[in-house]
Amino acid sequence: MAEILVLAEHSGETVKKVTCELLTLARRFGEPAVVWAGPGAEAGRERLAEFGAAKVYVADGPEFDDYVVAPKAELLASLFASASPSAVLVASTPEGREIAARLAIKTGSGLIIDAVDIGDDLVAEQSIFGGAIVVNSRVTAGTPIIAVRPNATTPEPAPGPAEIVPAGTDVTDAAKGARITERVVQEGGERPELTEASIVVSGGRGVGNAENFALIEKLADALGAAVGASRAATDAGWYPHQFQVGQTGKMVSPQLYLAVGISGAIQHRAGMQTSKTIMVINKDAEAPIFELADFGVVGDLFSVVPQLIDGIQQRSGG
Amino acid sequence: MNIVVCVKQVPDTGSERTLKAADSTLDREASDALINELDEYAIEEGLRLAEAEGGEVTILSMGPPRASESIRKALSMGADKAVHLVDDGLAGSDVLATSEAIATVLGRIGFDLVILGSESTDARMGVLAALLAERLGVPQLSFASKVEIDGQAIRIHRQADYGYDKVEASLPAVLSVVEKINEPRYPSFKGIMAAKKKPVETLSLADAGIDPARVGLAASGTEVVSWAKRPPRQAGTIVKDEGDGGVKAAEFLAAQKFI
Repeated sequence: MAEILVLAEHSGETVKKVTCELLTLARRFGEPAVVWAGPGAEAGRERLAEFGAAKVYVADGPEFDDYVVAPKAELLASLFASASPSAVLVASTPEGREIAARLAIKTGSGLIIDAVDIGDDLVAEQSIFGGAIVVNSRVTAGTPIIAVRPNATTPEPAPGPAEIVPAGTDVTDAAKGARITERVVQEGGERPELTEASIVVSGGRGVGNAENFALIEKLADALGAAVGASRAATDAGWYPHQFQVGQTGKMVSPQLYLAVGISGAIQHRAGMQTSKTIMVINKDAEAPIFELADFGVVGDLFSVVPQLIDGIQQRSGG
Repeated sequence: MNIVVCVKQVPDTGSERTLKAADSTLDREASDALINELDEYAIEEGLRLAEAEGGEVTILSMGPPRASESIRKALSMGADKAVHLVDDGLAGSDVLATSEAIATVLGRIGFDLVILGSESTDARMGVLAALLAERLGVPQLSFASKVEIDGQAIRIHRQADYGYDKVEASLPAVLSVVEKINEPRYPSFKGIMAAKKKPVETLSLADAGIDPARVGLAASGTEVVSWAKRPPRQAGTIVKDEGDGGVKAAEFLAAQKFI
């Protein structure tokens, strides 16, 4: 059975959830072979085995952490040449997409970005224009290279051997053009990543100011959720920019999305309307966000949210 | 310094966007067109760098004749001149074909720094900077929230989920910027008047030396099998808060097994 190359997203030795999602998809089409760039593979191996990895190609040279994107694309291209996979799957994160794009040029292959599912014959489903249109497309040139949106697939365990196979770590000078001199970790580090989280709690204009975002964070922490914000809130400087959900920010599709004090301008809806379940808290009954709500409360967020937090904590025994 | 800013005309995100029935490509006639708003940050950064370091800002746009409106907007913000790659043979180009066409033009006009918005609001791929860097063999500095130039050295903050990476490279390079990098200027009346007289060079595929077999819908490495409008979500339960809104919300979450 042909291999499906799966580029692992990992933070050191911690395998990210999206990698398990990619493995779950890859098993439908062939033998999943993980590509692990950087250190940590030995410790991450167990998790990869749990989700059916047949092999784990490991290239643990420092170049993969020290330079932007290009070394990983070279590594994938070299494994692509030796393994002749029938498809390559990466996470549709900013870096995953860039790696996939460079690989597409190196291998003369077609590229599909931000797939939400992959069906028979590797036909990929995408959700475009902020979820307004569903498109099914396939790669017609070379080998399909598909970037899959995190959280779009339910990871299902199925044991595999996850045999470690050392891969060459030669990186050309051409791929060492953009050197990372420092990684700076900012606030919000304890919460799940916005695009990976099962639950996202977002605040908007109705939150009123930066200090009040503590209430949004408190609700998020009660649910183990990531915090997001509408563009109105990030533009006003109430919450850092990288947490913006919307047309010009992050696209999220969590199991549960709570929109608090967000009116639901198209700008925002475009980033969250593929969420599975949507709850809305807003004092304006006419706010367009209610059109998306599975459950909505028309009321003042400053009285509804604290009561909701109490309700959550009572049930979780907290 | 020779700065080239790439600009795309896109359908207005505030209008309903759809695909064409015939070939499943973007229906550009169905909605109002305007400059990709994320490109305005790229133009602004180009203008600031040219003001600080000296040099010229050239706008490069690939698109149908109507894209000239977006080019004028960019010129009215203060860019010096523009190149418009326009040819029926480009219609339906996917991102790989687009990157080939743009890279070819960049190779001909030359550059010290190419600047892009982080993505277009229609396709939302966010990969053009990586593709151009790959094709041109220059450093990729994408998703920059801060840029500094010091002689031939360029340093950026590359936005990441956890914060940012400090990245450095040497010019020439390809840069893409995120919207928090600056506040784009509005065109002044003087700028709008001046833009009318600024040179815009129009290039066809032949003029630019682009192989027509490598661009356009037929050269794209993907095909649309089918597409459909997503059915509207089913109407949910909306309650008015009468002192127990939070309790009811918690009950809903419990019933759905979220808590």
